[in-house]
Order: sequence, then C-alpha cells, then structure tokens
Amino acid sequence: MSQTTTQDTATTGASPAPAAPKKKVLSEGKRAERRLGWLLCAPAALTMVAVTGWPILYSLLLSMQRFDLKFPDRTEWIWFDNYITVLSSPYWWNAVWVTVLLTVVTVAVELVLGMSLALIMHRALVGRGIVRTTTLIPYGIVTVVAAFSWRFAWTPGTGYLAEALGGDPVLTEKIPALMVVGLAEIWKTTPFMALLLMAGLALVPDDLLKAAAMDGASGWQRFIKITVPIMKPAILVALLFRTLDAFRIFDNLFVLTAGSQGTSSVSMLTYNNLIKGLNLGIGSTMSVLIFIMVAIIAFVFIKLFGTAAPGSDDGGKR
Amino acid sequence: MAGIGGAETPAKKWGWGVLNTVVVIYALVPVLWIVSLSFKSSETLADGNFIPREWSLENYQNIFSTSEFTRALFNSIGIAIIATAIAVVFGTMAAYAIARLDFPGKNLLVGVSLLIAMFPQVSLVSPLFEIERSLGLFDTWPGLILPYITFALPLAIYTLSAFFREIPWELEKAAKMDGATPGQAFRRVIAPLAAPGVFTTAILVFIFCWNDFLFAISLTSTEQSRTVPVALSFFTGSSQFEDPAGSIAAAAVVITIPIILFVLFFQRRIVAGLTSGAVKG
Repeated sequence: MSQTTTQDTATTGASPAPAAPKKKVLSEGKRAERRLGWLLCAPAALTMVAVTGWPILYSLLLSMQRFDLKFPDRTEWIWFDNYITVLSSPYWWNAVWVTVLLTVVTVAVELVLGMSLALIMHRALVGRGIVRTTTLIPYGIVTVVAAFSWRFAWTPGTGYLAEALGGDPVLTEKIPALMVVGLAEIWKTTPFMALLLMAGLALVPDDLLKAAAMDGASGWQRFIKITVPIMKPAILVALLFRTLDAFRIFDNLFVLTAGSQGTSSVSMLTYNNLIKGLNLGIGSTMSVLIFIMVAIIAFVFIKLFGTAAPGSDDGGKR
Repeated sequence: MAGIGGAETPAKKWGWGVLNTVVVIYALVPVLWIVSLSFKSSETLADGNFIPREWSLENYQNIFSTSEFTRALFNSIGIAIIATAIAVVFGTMAAYAIARLDFPGKNLLVGVSLLIAMFPQVSLVSPLFEIERSLGLFDTWPGLILPYITFALPLAIYTLSAFFREIPWELEKAAKMDGATPGQAFRRVIAPLAAPGVFTTAILVFIFCWNDFLFAISLTSTEQSRTVPVALSFFTGSSQFEDPAGSIAAAAVVITIPIILFVLFFQRRIVAGLTSGAVKG
C-alpha cells in the first residue's frame, strides 16, 4: 500500500521500478486467493442466507397481516394489530415468564453442576475414563427419548419416581410440572456445559495452583482467585451457548406437558398457534418477537464478553 | 486405573469411587429406565417397577410390524445422512477458506454463522411453513434437509476450521512450490490430513439432525417424511385402552442405541470437536 503511494507521488528515483512488477504478481495471486475464498464459501453462505434471511423478512411481512389458514378469505393487511394482540395477551406473557424462569434456573443449576462435573472429570484419580464416557450419554441421547423416559417415570402407575413419591400426578400441576421439565433439561445438557468448562480448566496452569497452595491458599481460594478468572472466557461462552439454547426449549415441554396448565414456553406457544391454530399471522408475530428477545440476550452477552466473544478476533487468529 | 497420581490414599480412592458412582448413576438412570420399559410385557408395563418382572420382546415385535415406525426410521436415516453429507461438504469448503485464505468478507461469514448458531429456530418455523407450502416442499425430505443443513453449517464451520488450523501450513506451501494450484493443494494435501476432523464433524452434525424435533414436527404432516422423534410422539397403542408406553420405549431404544455406541466409540474425538469451536486454545 505504502509503496503504491510513493510510486504515485515520487516519480524520480530508481526504487519504484523493481517494485512495480513485484506488486503486480502479488496482486494477481491475491486476487486468485480471494476468488477461491469466495467460491469456497459461497455454497455455505448462500444456503444459510436463503434459509434464514428471506424467511425472517417474510415473517415480518406475515406478522403484519391477518392470516389464518382456517379463514383464508379474510386475509388482510393490518399493520401492528397482531403485535398488539400478542403483547396484550396474558398467555404470551405467561409463556415469556415461564421461558425466562426455566432459562435462568436451569442455566444456573447447570453452571454449578457442570463445574463440579468438569472438576471431577479433570481431577479424578480413579476411573476418569468411565466418568468421561458415561457423561457423554445424556448428550448423545435424543431429547425426545429422554423426555419420554422422564414422562413415564413421573406417570402415576407406570413410573418408579411417581411410585416412590406417593403417586401424585406431578405433570398435571404447573409448578411441579415445570420442575420436572427443568430437571429433564438439566439432566440432558449439563454434560455439554461440563465439557466446555473442562476445556477451560485445561488452560489453568498447574504450577500456578501449586504455587498458590505453597503460599497457603485454600482450595476454595485457589478456585475463586485463580481457576475462575483464567477460565472466564470459557465460562462465558458456555453460558451464552446454554442460555440461548435454553431459551428455545421445546422438545422437553412438548413431550412432558405439551404446554398445558400454563407451562408453555414461547416456542411451544408459537408452535401451538401455528400448527394447531393454523394462524400464520399470530405465529409469525411471535416468531419476530422471539427473534428480537434472543437478539437482545446475545447483544448483552457479547457486550459482557468484550474481546472474549467467539469469532471476534478470528481475523487475527485464522 | 490406579497409579495416576502419587498421593493416593485408600480414603481418597474411596472418595473418588463414590463420586464416580454418583456421576455414572446420574447419567445412566433415565436410559436404563427406558430400556427396562421396552422389555416389559404389556401386563407388567404399568407396575412401576424399575426392573421388569417379566422380560419380553413383544414391544419390539410390535413396532417393527407396522410401517408407522419402519417408515419413520427410513426417513430419519435418509434425511440425516443426506443433510450431513451436504453440510460437511459445504462446511469443509468454507472452513478451509476461513482457516487458510485471506479474503474480504471472511469475518462477516464467521459472524453470520455464529448468529445462525444462536438463532431461535422457532422464528423460522412460521415463515418456512408458509414458504415450503407454496413451493411444494412441505412434508418432503428436502423440506427438512434444507433447514438441517443451515443449522448444521455453523457447527461444521467452527469445528472444521479449528481442526484445519492444526494442520501444518508448510505442507500446503510445499505442494504449491511443487506447482500445485491452491485448489490442488486443497484436494491432494489438506483434505486427507483433515479427514479425522471431517469425520468428527460428520458425527456431530449427524447427531444434530437425528435429534431435531421442532422442524420435524412442524414441517411434516404424514408418514412420508416424518422422522422417528416425531413418529414417537404420535404413537398410540393398538387399541384405545392400550398404553403406547411400551412401543414408545422400544422405538426410543432402537434410535438411541446407535447414537450411544457412536458417542462411546468416538468419545475422544467428539469431546475435541465440541469444545474446539467454543473455547479457543
């Protein structure tokens, strides 16, 4: 770059002459590299944009129409009426609170459990292999299958857990049902959290911990003052991934309660309006609102991350 | 098993043993429970016992005698394999470009794929439902394969570019010195070296597609393209009064066993793959 400017301004001197052809060769190769780069990325980029970009715009359009497949003749452009309908609906706000509650509680519990699990896997003296292997099972199992396992366990008559706790039908009441949903969610996703945290633990140098122990720091002090700060990026990444994932909760709820007794999450409610109610207008409005909420969560996290955000310094690294 | 650390007292060993047992029980109980249910005969199904009093293969015979399950299994396998193949090919190309080439728009692509990884999938369900209906893709294989590829791509790109960064640059340079074009360097030198990474990514992507429920239940309506997780939720007993729990359990075991074997067999690689994208070394 600087060579180009000197060439343009200073016409005298011998140095620009050899530089010119060299620059041309470089840019030729550069251009080929760029073309190859774009070519290689094109299929992936086009698919991702085609399947997400256009539908999101389309759902914006749909969300401003009265569009009910049961009454196709009454389709009409109604601007923000759908938003008013949804935002003034107690069902929607109930679903929002259920989703937020489930997200906060499950992610918090998962962080604590996942951290313990990560420490066990990292430090285990005996049987490390067995523990690592078995903790991957919840990750591998199909969510719907796990949810059915929990449902049958809590069904009075069929289930061992229901029998053990006196045979109350827990899944038919709001709070107990939500607790079961939370339990199922925590069981399934804690291993994932633990794996991400374990990768962070591996970055903590043993020497540092030993030195701190020499200086008389207790185990808890070492954990809070050394381990946690060093693995902070890993913790934040794990939290971000899990929070956004928990916010989308659907499979577990669908199988365990199908959203009855006010246990709908926002995803469940959208699904019910769309597939059961065939109301595309309202369904799309909810889609857009969920998209906005997730964007806000992601934005807040990325602000908190600062430079630790995944992908933020990829340019330098890759 | 023993002899990892130096300071191993019997008490410590016992402590770890107890902790490990707790972890193993935690991970296994729900799985064993569904296996146990699947082997219960219809008479003992509702006895609430953790271990079957009477073992029988009745449930397995039932599910394999109807097309409801076998067709769904066929759909699941076909859709997951096609989606995985396409996502891995596209992902490999993009990840190679991201890890090795310098071009404008690279960061944008990384950013976009990160956004998609965090995307609320339910936001796509309403518009896709309408778009696929008007394009005739609703309730077809491609109708599910497309969203699967889309959501598998960020995973594939992240995992693969992490693997690609580990591959020695010099080999590619040497190939280019010897007169290979960047394209040839990709096919002849880097691709074989990257094979283990590609394989791991394929497993992760396959698990993702195999697991999906939201798209499968929203974008299908008949046996023609319903996958197993969805078919499970529509199972009914052979009569109105029969509990479908046995059939559901048996079908659940059938679709879970291959994945669990996969996961256990490729444990190390899966862990490396899952963590490489999220935590930078």
